[in-house]
Amino acid sequence: MDYQVLTMGAKTGSLPRPRKNYLNESHGFMSWAGTLDHKRIGIMYLVGVMTAFLMGGTFALLVRLTLLTPTHMLFGKVLMTAETYNRVFTLHGAIMVFLFIIPAVPASLGNFVLPLMLGAKDVAFPRLNLASFYLWVTGALMAILAMVLGAVDTGWTFYTPYSTTTDGPVTLMTSAVFVLGFSSIFTGLNFIATVHKLRAPGMGWFDLPLFIWGIYSTALIQVLATPVLGITLVLLMLERGFGIGIFDPRIGGDPVLFQHFFWFYSHPAVYIMILPGMAIISELIPTFSHKTIFGYRAIAYSSVSLALVSFIVWGHHMFVAGQSQLATVVFSALTFLVAIPSGVKVFNWLCTMYEGNISLETPMCYAISFLILFTIGGLTGIFLGTLSTDVHLTDTYFVVAHFHFVMMGGTVTAFLGGLHYWWPKMTGRMYSEKWGRTACVLYTVGFNMTFLTQFFLGSKGMPRRYYNYLDQFQPLHAFSTMGSWVLGLSLFMTLAYLLASLRKPMDAPDNPWGGTTLEWQCSSPPIMHNFEDQPVVARDPYDYRPVKVR
Amino acid sequence: MSTTSVDLPSHGGHGDAGHIDDPHHQHHFTTMEQQFDTAKLGMWLFLATEILLFGGLFVGFGMMQGRYPREFVEAHEHLVRWQGALNTVVLLFSSFTMVMAVQSAKNNKKDKTVFFLFLTIICACIFLVVKYFEYSHKFEEGWLPGKFYSAKGDSIPGSHGYATFFAFYFMMTGLHGIHILAGIGLLSWILMRAKRGEFSNAYYTPVDLVGLYWHIVDLIWIYLFPLYYLIQ
Amino acid sequence: MEWLTRIMMPPQGSAFAGEVDTVYMALFWLSVVLFLGIVIPAFWFAWRYRYKPGRVTPHVTHNTTLEIIWSVAPLLLCVGIFFWGLKGWMEYSVAPGEAMEIQITARKWNWAFEYPDGSRDAGRLHVPINKPVKFIMTSEDVIHDFFVPDMRVKHDIIPGRYTEVWFTPNVPGEHHITCAEYCGKGHSDMQATLIVESDADFQNYLATGGTEWEAYKDNMPAWGKIQWERKGCNSCHTLDGNKSKGPSWKGIWGKMEKMNNGTFVLVDEAYIKESENMPQAKIVDGFQPIMPTFQGLIKPHEFEGIVALIKSLQ
Repeated sequence: MDYQVLTMGAKTGSLPRPRKNYLNESHGFMSWAGTLDHKRIGIMYLVGVMTAFLMGGTFALLVRLTLLTPTHMLFGKVLMTAETYNRVFTLHGAIMVFLFIIPAVPASLGNFVLPLMLGAKDVAFPRLNLASFYLWVTGALMAILAMVLGAVDTGWTFYTPYSTTTDGPVTLMTSAVFVLGFSSIFTGLNFIATVHKLRAPGMGWFDLPLFIWGIYSTALIQVLATPVLGITLVLLMLERGFGIGIFDPRIGGDPVLFQHFFWFYSHPAVYIMILPGMAIISELIPTFSHKTIFGYRAIAYSSVSLALVSFIVWGHHMFVAGQSQLATVVFSALTFLVAIPSGVKVFNWLCTMYEGNISLETPMCYAISFLILFTIGGLTGIFLGTLSTDVHLTDTYFVVAHFHFVMMGGTVTAFLGGLHYWWPKMTGRMYSEKWGRTACVLYTVGFNMTFLTQFFLGSKGMPRRYYNYLDQFQPLHAFSTMGSWVLGLSLFMTLAYLLASLRKPMDAPDNPWGGTTLEWQCSSPPIMHNFEDQPVVARDPYDYRPVKVR
Repeated sequence: MSTTSVDLPSHGGHGDAGHIDDPHHQHHFTTMEQQFDTAKLGMWLFLATEILLFGGLFVGFGMMQGRYPREFVEAHEHLVRWQGALNTVVLLFSSFTMVMAVQSAKNNKKDKTVFFLFLTIICACIFLVVKYFEYSHKFEEGWLPGKFYSAKGDSIPGSHGYATFFAFYFMMTGLHGIHILAGIGLLSWILMRAKRGEFSNAYYTPVDLVGLYWHIVDLIWIYLFPLYYLIQ
Repeated sequence: MEWLTRIMMPPQGSAFAGEVDTVYMALFWLSVVLFLGIVIPAFWFAWRYRYKPGRVTPHVTHNTTLEIIWSVAPLLLCVGIFFWGLKGWMEYSVAPGEAMEIQITARKWNWAFEYPDGSRDAGRLHVPINKPVKFIMTSEDVIHDFFVPDMRVKHDIIPGRYTEVWFTPNVPGEHHITCAEYCGKGHSDMQATLIVESDADFQNYLATGGTEWEAYKDNMPAWGKIQWERKGCNSCHTLDGNKSKGPSWKGIWGKMEKMNNGTFVLVDEAYIKESENMPQAKIVDGFQPIMPTFQGLIKPHEFEGIVALIKSLQ
């Protein structure tokens, strides 16, 4: 009996490279604009969200540049006024949250990979998928129009009564978010139906790759939480237009009620952001350790339990906001509960690496970067969940640092890892490993320079959303701004070498990483219908035991 | 590394199921049953989002009622109970006719399908007509939402509670009314398809799904009616 | 480790601040330990188990005992931390019965304070040392937040409602107050100063507005400039001619200023007084009617200083 160990670069099976794939199957604008192929829709989303990331990131660099000195000067001129600054940070937040992070992993990578991993030909409702994309585009255009018309200065959280009384295209901006919410809802709905109904024969729930468990849990939140955001925004718009008297105290409303409504969605929303990121890490670590995942069921269950528990902790954003004392105590207790499943995942990933056979290509570099950055993000959450310390730290830069560590250090890092991981599958080309690893290291260094500093700004009492600041904070602000340049450079580098890879011939192997999940069984890039023959699942995912070879 | 390329057939294999003749078959499904089950699941998920959408408004109403209990009770006196009750009966009946429409489609009874769908649409229109009369009476009397409230004779003049009550009244019945309108659109669409003989017991998915949607719209009214018309 | 606390936290202005810092530092060290406990193994494994072709990895799918341990142990730790935080928070939430009450009214973009004897001030909050003081707070417009970093307390200030926060300061001198809930253009300018002083000085302040001004008897413009900073006039009015949210004070004394209704008004003491108390009565052309009233918030000699300052800015 001969045994073969799955090694890197092995092409499984002996399929010759097909001449036609989903990219060159048909040409022309309408073949993309009217496509029902989940892979093309995923690519269109990818271009869209990366454009949004570029926009939001530029605003971030401008914010940091303005804060370089207390006088906001650059080359002898004031970079922007306070009014402009307030709009720039609002736009940074709104674009990043609604146009980038929430859709990014599910709609771009998820759309591409989910049916492949399930051994399916497409998602359950391809037309709805295309509709989701157009809703995203519409929301993006509405947001851009709002920017052109003067932008809003409410902060991405739209707290009342400031948002019900300030000038600017608030109604237009909230309508954009409303439309984007429906894009998210329909994507989630599509994914839930796909996972339930379109699995390959032989693929039970516990044969699913963990990426699917993560995307599925995310989809549950998308479907259940987003409608509440929708209605909250409608109420906000009606308060502005009709004075219905729900949130504005001058007409009998309760401003804290808005916060309850808003965070009821927005807290689960942050799990929409992180669960797909964790889902990617659960793919990267076993693949690049060439070892089966440790604690499959625990990771699967932790994804679903995070999704469910995320609905009952929203009040931890409101400990000093004027909610009742009982609510405050209960929300703090529940918040500690939500820390446990995340910790469980991290321990499982570490145990997967133990006694593995670890190769450090770019996706794995991002996975390790994730472990560093997400751990810091998660641990600093404890400071904020703890009531007595939260009183001091809330509404300061400590919170800003915390959420950037989890949202960017967590989700964006994982997104970059996934992007590199599936890049050969999506494009048929390999990117430059040398540039990839360099950019990843630079990214991790730049990120820490920018955001680790901000924990200290916060604990020393620097409030957030501040244009002016006390002179004593200047050294930390300057260091953080310089970090943003390193971070920005690393991301521009990544964009450059990824785009450069597209000029190479399509010669990536079907399975460059030796992965065991079904997407590596089809060609790179896949044909239009994904698989020649319906794959039938016979092994566990992540089974790296040697295979008997005739 | 082999780079021989091969011409592939223009559609991928359908596996063991072979080619399915139904014109409504979508190629990413292996059987019509799988397609139908998936469509139903999709509709149930959509309905869950509707429940949450309206749920937010119900919660908001509850909070505001807690803030203005007397004003809310006083304001609700202006709602005409028999009109609300009539609408409730009409919608319940329309749910019944909808069920009959689905059954007829499932049993290949084209004419009955068309008939029951038509009745359902009539009921929906009656609902909207009653609503029209209710709304226009409110506009005349000045029982309008928020800053447009201009009625006189309230027992706590200057309180915002009345304006807020009517704001919620119009928001919730208005959003519900929009869903009724959308329902009329959907029902008309499948009525036309039913007339063309598209539905049979092999394929009646759209009728079933619109039916589900219609039942939720009815269910939401079942909660709205007592909340607004019957609170003490 | 005192030095580390001093690096990371503001100065401690109360005993409560010290307690919060203890919790903070404990969490800090816990985080350092847990962080190293995760990252060091990650790097160690990446090096120790680095890729060798042909090596077979063990097929280890789970270890129930280990998984239970690392779920239960953190849970117990979290429960402990929760209760520790709760303890401090309960102290923060409930003011002692004997606490003196001071009312705070926040508005865009400054602070108004009212003491139990009815005297009022803006921008400077005096409190006696070592006595608990409770603040009853409301906003005139949008949500603000009263944040005193040295005391480690903050709470939102909500329009249409009263919220409370309290502390017992035990360090004399000046401490910083700053708004911590985004409230628009002047959010980052909405500062105030907490002055912690002896009971005698505090009583004196309440009675006379203090005697500080006497040192400036011969230099009233300088005293006026101090009021310009303390009362928060500086968040909207410049002294150098630059246009801000309100007109600059430079060169306006004795001028016929154009109002937004086309009329012209002489800028004299009466006009300045009217602007202080009824700012909406006349609006200078080209500006918005956003100035809040300072009625009762500026003492007579402080007002004199402001007038002297404006006169000096030709």
